[in-house]
Amino acid sequence: MTVSVTVSVPRSAAPLLAIESLRVLFPGATGEIPVVDDVSLTIAHGEIVCLVGESGSGKSLTALSVLRLIPSPGRIGAGTRIRFANEELLALDHEALRAIRGRQVGMVFQEPSAALNPVLRIGTQLVDAIRAHVRCNRSEAWKRAVDALASVGIADPETRARQYPHELSGGMRQRVVLAMALVHAPPLLIADEPTTALDVTVQAQILDLLRRAVAERDMALLLITHDLGVVAEMATRVLVMYAGRLVEEAPVETIFTQPAHPYTQALLAAVPSLATAGERLVTIAGQVPAPGSVVRGCAFRARCPHAIAMCESEAPPLVQLGSAHRVRCHLAHESMQTPAAREGTP
Amino acid sequence: MMSQRALLEVRHLVKQYAVRRGLLARPTPVVHAVDDVSFDIHPGETLALVGESGCGKTTTARAVLRLIEPTSGTVRFDGIDLGGLDARALRAMRRHMQIVFQDPYSSLNPRMTVGDAIREGLTVHGLADGRTADARVAALLTEVGLHPDHATRYPHEFSGGQRQRIGIARALAVEPRLLVCDEPVSALDVSVQAQIINLLRDLQRERGLAYLFIAHDLAVVAHMADRVAVMYLGRIVELAPRAALFAMPRMPYTQALLSAIPQVSPTRLASRLAARDAGQRVAGPGRILLAGDPPSPTDPPSGCVFHPRCFHPRKDAACTQQVPPLEEKSPGHFVACLKEPSHSTPVR
Repeated sequence: MTVSVTVSVPRSAAPLLAIESLRVLFPGATGEIPVVDDVSLTIAHGEIVCLVGESGSGKSLTALSVLRLIPSPGRIGAGTRIRFANEELLALDHEALRAIRGRQVGMVFQEPSAALNPVLRIGTQLVDAIRAHVRCNRSEAWKRAVDALASVGIADPETRARQYPHELSGGMRQRVVLAMALVHAPPLLIADEPTTALDVTVQAQILDLLRRAVAERDMALLLITHDLGVVAEMATRVLVMYAGRLVEEAPVETIFTQPAHPYTQALLAAVPSLATAGERLVTIAGQVPAPGSVVRGCAFRARCPHAIAMCESEAPPLVQLGSAHRVRCHLAHESMQTPAAREGTP
Repeated sequence: MMSQRALLEVRHLVKQYAVRRGLLARPTPVVHAVDDVSFDIHPGETLALVGESGCGKTTTARAVLRLIEPTSGTVRFDGIDLGGLDARALRAMRRHMQIVFQDPYSSLNPRMTVGDAIREGLTVHGLADGRTADARVAALLTEVGLHPDHATRYPHEFSGGQRQRIGIARALAVEPRLLVCDEPVSALDVSVQAQIINLLRDLQRERGLAYLFIAHDLAVVAHMADRVAVMYLGRIVELAPRAALFAMPRMPYTQALLSAIPQVSPTRLASRLAARDAGQRVAGPGRILLAGDPPSPTDPPSGCVFHPRCFHPRKDAACTQQVPPLEEKSPGHFVACLKEPSHSTPVR
């Protein structure tokens, strides 16, 4: 276990959500393995925070732990604190937690079909979601359900409400899920790869809906994605995860113009883009280490072009670079030079 | 277009499916999964087939390889009409046309060692056996960036990216001239995706392979393709050299598709942040947001299939009645749009 250097970012208003030193543990062959280790983050009203990383980086587990949805046999480790609107979520009983889920914190997942019941009409499912938190009769709830469908751009919502999930396209189903998540106007929405299963033109529509919800309701959005293009178009702040740890945090412009962690730099260089069409892509040698396989040092050192002896022996702490820029790298100051140098040479 | 003879010539390819409306109804309505598709691929060239789900790109690839029987149209490989071949001759022909699938987990037999999976094609086509085959397998594994020792292991011991390398080695074993890549990197993480894209490009250069590259990710296509064909509702709506297509898309659907791609672009990021600081909510400058979903292929719109969602300034009644042919509007740039003028007469 490493010493966590949690540097609090000065903020005028208290954050809506604050995760402190999150650890998620799963049983392994030789005891429990931390799959998420020492992750701290905050999100305020009206902010879009993107959590980026490749598969296995722990970004989805981080999102799930907010509403204590970590699948068994995993568990949230001791010492973790998750505060939402000044309430300690980990201390709540199930009743109190249920009042928050859906009402205060909405969630949207990658696969809309997994979030919908295939044998119930769309409208019925929305009515259930509404009546779970608001006392109203079925016909009032039905009206609200139809309005909710209209609000996410579903044409002819009356007809759609009477249909079953299989009668809708993937994009339409994701709109329904979004309507369900937004129906109680939750202050915080957690969206885990909400557009990954969708086509680009549909993705553009869904991202636009999310942007609108944030702007119009001052909602906070925690957006989990592996797509750096989505990050560039959505984020206020970006958190990069690697092998269960936060390796970099910065405002969106800083992440793209001055990435300080070698992993962030490599990830940005590896993204195919229209601007670099036809060029050879920069690759990251090797692969993400298996959970629990890195016991000492920096988890990225085996793939890092700048690794030094210290990276082998000592886990790097999260250090503050600018007012809102944090990096987990022994060489943070040296590697700051790299992106500028890279832009200079083609 | 090119003086060299095409390796693959696809002409007026059609694939229809009958669908049942209701449990006992006769299967009457017809889905035009692929509707009048024509293109060429030259030796050593990459033609990308792009479009959103259900547009018919995978069906086109399968009909080209005759993994499914096309309803009509011809496919010629090296001048030979594949439709005229019997099963045996077709099997022999398949040696020259191999496929790499999207999902490296389901495309490998879990009970076969990696070596046996790669060797299978060599045996079936009688290309090598015994020690020779062993040596070929080892050489192929090295070529795709794996280790010869990996031959004795099973697929589950490998990561997604490594399995995709195995899938590529297996396809290359019989020394094909055309490789159909059906979303070969869409199941992979960014860093691994870049490795596979570079590998495919290296292999193409070294072996002179032609690729029919199917992808929904246009940024990936921008790195792979020489020419790009955009499909919408079973038809090719635009076909152009890569640079022309990305710089000057002519078909409104292509324009919308390109503008929808979320991009890591410093200029786009800067203008988004400037707009945000000015208190505006923007969908991204110059972003075209299409309304609704693509129409159902069971009941395609009349005339131009894109007309209900089209935003072309000169769109009119003709678009709802006439099917626009795929025409060469400027040299090498084919567009299926009634309202797009021919820029210049092709110069030869």
